[in-house]
Amino acid sequence: MARRASPEINAGSMADIAFLLLIFFLVTTTMDVDTGITRRLPPPIEDPDDILIKQRNILNVLVNKNDRLLVDGKPGDINTLKDKAKEFMRPHYPDNPDFPEVEQQEIDGLGEIWTSKGVISLKNDRGTSYDMYIRVQNELALAFNELKDEMSMDRFGVRFTNLMDEKRITAINKAVPMRISEAEPESIGD
Amino acid sequence: MREVTLRVKNKLPQATEVQKLEKKALVSYIYIGPPTNVRLFGTESRIQLNDQFANVNDVPEFIAREREARPEADRNFLTTSLKVHYESKMGIVTDVKQELRQAGALRINYSTLKGARENN
Repeated sequence: MARRASPEINAGSMADIAFLLLIFFLVTTTMDVDTGITRRLPPPIEDPDDILIKQRNILNVLVNKNDRLLVDGKPGDINTLKDKAKEFMRPHYPDNPDFPEVEQQEIDGLGEIWTSKGVISLKNDRGTSYDMYIRVQNELALAFNELKDEMSMDRFGVRFTNLMDEKRITAINKAVPMRISEAEPESIGD
Repeated sequence: MREVTLRVKNKLPQATEVQKLEKKALVSYIYIGPPTNVRLFGTESRIQLNDQFANVNDVPEFIAREREARPEADRNFLTTSLKVHYESKMGIVTDVKQELRQAGALRINYSTLKGARENN
């Protein structure tokens, strides 16, 4: 019997197919990046009534079950919350009784500067929607971030997010501490 | 690439001031939202730990287990990511937060999508 040539598979397009598959999976795979608002919960305390802060140092933000805001005792609006918070947290000197107390602090890399003793107290109802809660948290975070940005621009000439020097970052963080206090949960009317 | 099957609806709210969650090995997830299977479980928001529904008082044990699973040096850096459906009420979230406080899991992350929303 004459030897026949063994049949060959045409593999010419194999590389194309592999390439197409590669592209397909590159495009369809989504690595979900987790982003979010990071917060630190206060450690559990025995007696929540122990901590007393002067009234003038607190900006009260209440969110009720209908997602309406009460800022400093007056009905508030999510669109103006950021500016209110900024105005409140910005150190006002000389001492102004309408705003929180200020104190002089020696901070590495910034020297003697005035810092505010203000605290933003955020309270929400059990019926508040999570969406609204995040919006409020977001606005407050924005207020602090803008204050940090301003200070950074003023002192170092760069935006806070573009600061590279670890020392400078800690200095700014110390000068503008993010003070959002979430009160012990209590029912404020369902 | 999620490792659990979601039993709750989980559409996250949007925010602009977000940070990236780093060191994913040190993150444990708690899902909160209305059940996907409305006919069996109703529409009230529930907590999901791992693959199943859980109650608020299951949270400390969950945290303890998550801690056990990590190397000892890293246990204090564990972050808890709260993935909460945007329509959920704060009541259930607050309860979970209180449990986390008691359990000493103080680093939390409200998982949100990055993006501006139209204020109204």
